[in-house]
Amino acid sequence: MSRIVCDECTRADALRAVAGRGLPAIEAGMPTPAGTGLSRRGFVARSLGLALTVYGAGRLDIFDEGIAAAATMPKNPILVTVFLQGGADALSLLSPQADPLYRKLRPNLAISGGTAFAEDDRLFWHPALDPIAQLHGEGKVTVLPAVGYDHPDQSHFTSRHYWEVGATDSRLLTGWMGRYLDAVGTSDNPLQGLSLTGSLEPALATAKVPVAAIDGPDQYDFWSPGVWGQVEDRMLEAIGMLGNSGAHDAASRTAAKVAGQSATLRRQLQPFGGKKLVPAVPYPTGNDQFPRSLQGLAAMIAAGLPLRCVALEATGQYDTHADQVSELTPALTTTAASLYSFQRDLEARGVADRVLTLVWSEFGRRAEENGSGGTDHGAAGTGFLIGTKVAGTQIGEYPGLSTGLDRDGNLKATSDFRGVYAALFEQWLRFDAERVLPHVSKFKRPTLVK
Amino acid sequence: MGAPVYRGKFDASHAERLLWRAGFGPRPGEAAALAKLGLDGAVHSLLNPGLEKLVGPKPHDSKGRPFAPRDAWGHDHCWWLDRMVRTSRPLVERMALVWHDWFATSNAGVGDQGLMIAQNELFRKHGLGSFEQLLLDVTANPAMLVWLNGTQNTKDAPNENYGREMMELFTLGADRGAYTERDVREQARSLTGWTSRWSRRKGEYDFHFDASRHDTGTKMVFHKSGNYAWRDACHLCLNNPKHASFFTQKLWSYFIPVAPDAKTQRALEAAYTGSGRQIKPVLDIVLKHPALHTGPRMTKPPVVHIAGLLRRINAGVTTDAWAWIGGLSGQQLFYPPNVAGWDDSRWLDTATFRGRWIAVGQILGDRRLDPGKAKEAIDAPTTLKQALAFWNNPELTPATHRQLLRFTQRALHDARSDKWKQVQYPVLVENALRHLIAVSPDLQTA
Repeated sequence: MSRIVCDECTRADALRAVAGRGLPAIEAGMPTPAGTGLSRRGFVARSLGLALTVYGAGRLDIFDEGIAAAATMPKNPILVTVFLQGGADALSLLSPQADPLYRKLRPNLAISGGTAFAEDDRLFWHPALDPIAQLHGEGKVTVLPAVGYDHPDQSHFTSRHYWEVGATDSRLLTGWMGRYLDAVGTSDNPLQGLSLTGSLEPALATAKVPVAAIDGPDQYDFWSPGVWGQVEDRMLEAIGMLGNSGAHDAASRTAAKVAGQSATLRRQLQPFGGKKLVPAVPYPTGNDQFPRSLQGLAAMIAAGLPLRCVALEATGQYDTHADQVSELTPALTTTAASLYSFQRDLEARGVADRVLTLVWSEFGRRAEENGSGGTDHGAAGTGFLIGTKVAGTQIGEYPGLSTGLDRDGNLKATSDFRGVYAALFEQWLRFDAERVLPHVSKFKRPTLVK
Repeated sequence: MGAPVYRGKFDASHAERLLWRAGFGPRPGEAAALAKLGLDGAVHSLLNPGLEKLVGPKPHDSKGRPFAPRDAWGHDHCWWLDRMVRTSRPLVERMALVWHDWFATSNAGVGDQGLMIAQNELFRKHGLGSFEQLLLDVTANPAMLVWLNGTQNTKDAPNENYGREMMELFTLGADRGAYTERDVREQARSLTGWTSRWSRRKGEYDFHFDASRHDTGTKMVFHKSGNYAWRDACHLCLNNPKHASFFTQKLWSYFIPVAPDAKTQRALEAAYTGSGRQIKPVLDIVLKHPALHTGPRMTKPPVVHIAGLLRRINAGVTTDAWAWIGGLSGQQLFYPPNVAGWDDSRWLDTATFRGRWIAVGQILGDRRLDPGKAKEAIDAPTTLKQALAFWNNPELTPATHRQLLRFTQRALHDARSDKWKQVQYPVLVENALRHLIAVSPDLQTA
């Protein structure tokens, strides 16, 4: 099979090459900036383990807008969401090894081994999720063994859309976090809603305020061949000026708006430009974007950048119609190890109490395996909430394979994602969920936060 | 009865928009030449382009070697990008891109660029022909059989993956009441029987239908029972009363950003079913419709934007960097994000904007002007005029023109204190202007 991936041209390497090429010259011996913000800049430098360097053409006024904004912003809580794309198999993540029907339905795919799940003696952690099990033992993980919604839709795109907009409404266009940002955010801070997947995650889509998408905080530069010095500074300003194109149609307005947001974001991320981020703890290595993004995120949080909601996608794809075992194990291994490192990193940097992470997937998979060594689309799936402030007690319970399956043979939901979102708003973000989640009063709010 | 047809003026700027929607933008002089044909003649020439001629510099990778699209990472993307840049049949290539998005197959799941290229040729072959033939060929296509587990779908162990997506994404649409979960399962049974052989050296090969793996039982699909096989599964979808509306609306949406009115919708469906599910008669209505020629602008997909910039300056594909730059811009060919294809409503965000910035930088890198060679100072309007001429004088809104001129004036003002700056800065500014023009809202949309 021509599965040729030459090492010199992997995407990750290519990215690094560009980041290097795009570096503006660092000017040694720049004067120490005076006035407000100095201590903040010093803090940034220390938290990143970096010496403070200033680049540009000596214009200190472009120093770092984002840091200035952060200095005046209270230390608000941050919500991080991690998406397992494709529908992660609940019966593998927490396998019901003590359920007598499990091996009948999963003769080839049943998981064996793994740590027992302390809250339900039928269930066992997938061996690759050991790091999450360890955090659970410390009271830092809340498990949702069967989260979903009534009348489950088995389309990836419909179900994912429901989760992203926070309602079973196929016409809503703004994300559940996006509408929150529209309510509490500001018009000059794209970092308030940050997508770390290289494109905008729909859950962050806003109607009014700007949000940002980047690969990593250290890569957001705008290099141009044959442009430098004062002219380069003027050009970077001019990118933002393209935001005032005066166009009337939606496409041009969006193109203009994104240009303006990109210019603002570049200024906000300037302190990270071209620096090698030094994490406080080791992360999984390799070419995966996910651990690198989390590493960058921890540094940004510690630096006090004005973040509110962050969206990422986990390593791997979870649509395991075939070869489930060989697909799932490496994906879960990197994902769990990265989340573990992120948690430890936040703890080491002293900012863990400000961050809560929700891990979700659009659905779980069919209880009965399909014979291709995989499973087809199902209904309820597994969710996790991770952080020092989570309550640590499971929400809903594992419904069992004898009475817990619907007529399609899929796991029935014992908690509703809309109730979870409402509780996140009310208990974590201290915000009235009814303002942004339609018809949410009918859903029970689980206790999420200590 | 028929759909409305645009009957206003058809000059070079109208022809340019048509070339962006139905291709990858004009090469120098192309829009004016197309305008001379009038709208009907222009659309006819796009729909009936004759044999393909490749025009322009020959493609090669960064080391000057020819691309190896079946073997080397990223060369698949560059190979197709080159085809987009050099083709004399822009609509054929643009439709191949539409079908790549419609039947979105990713090499991330297939793992064989040769199979991906073979599928791509299918999109080129049937792209303007019969959708029925296209659906049948895609259903039996090796890359698709791997991607949606067709070869693992057997009578003893049905796999629903293709059966579901062929209805949800390829022919009928979700949440329209066209099919039920029961239909998904029964269609999966109809589609059983495909298999392949496997070797360590070749991977999956010898894709074929094996009757012994096919479920010969009775299936109940759309309330009708029969002993259906894979061709029946396709025809059941095509004959479903909700198919023609799904097909025409979806095809329309690739070309026009607002939904068709009721009269147009009826005409589109009539053209489609009346022609025996031919694609061309539907496109003929779309490409002549007033909504295309006078309606709102559309964001260019990243690869269309990039191919169009190269066409604009008669440049070729001369580096394999385009593959990862495509990824940063939000569109690496042969790697759509999932089986639903790219999200055309969200091409632009702060990350993909930077990807497009890097793409323009890639084009400008070898063409940058050297300030050391500047002899004399030039003024702001002249500097801007020269930068626009580099891109073959694209049309800009007055507001964008004003912002660019303001930047030019400010940057040249910075040079006033030093003689050498007065000579060299206009060159730096012209380099910057080339970059800014290409990422302006005016050039990202059409």
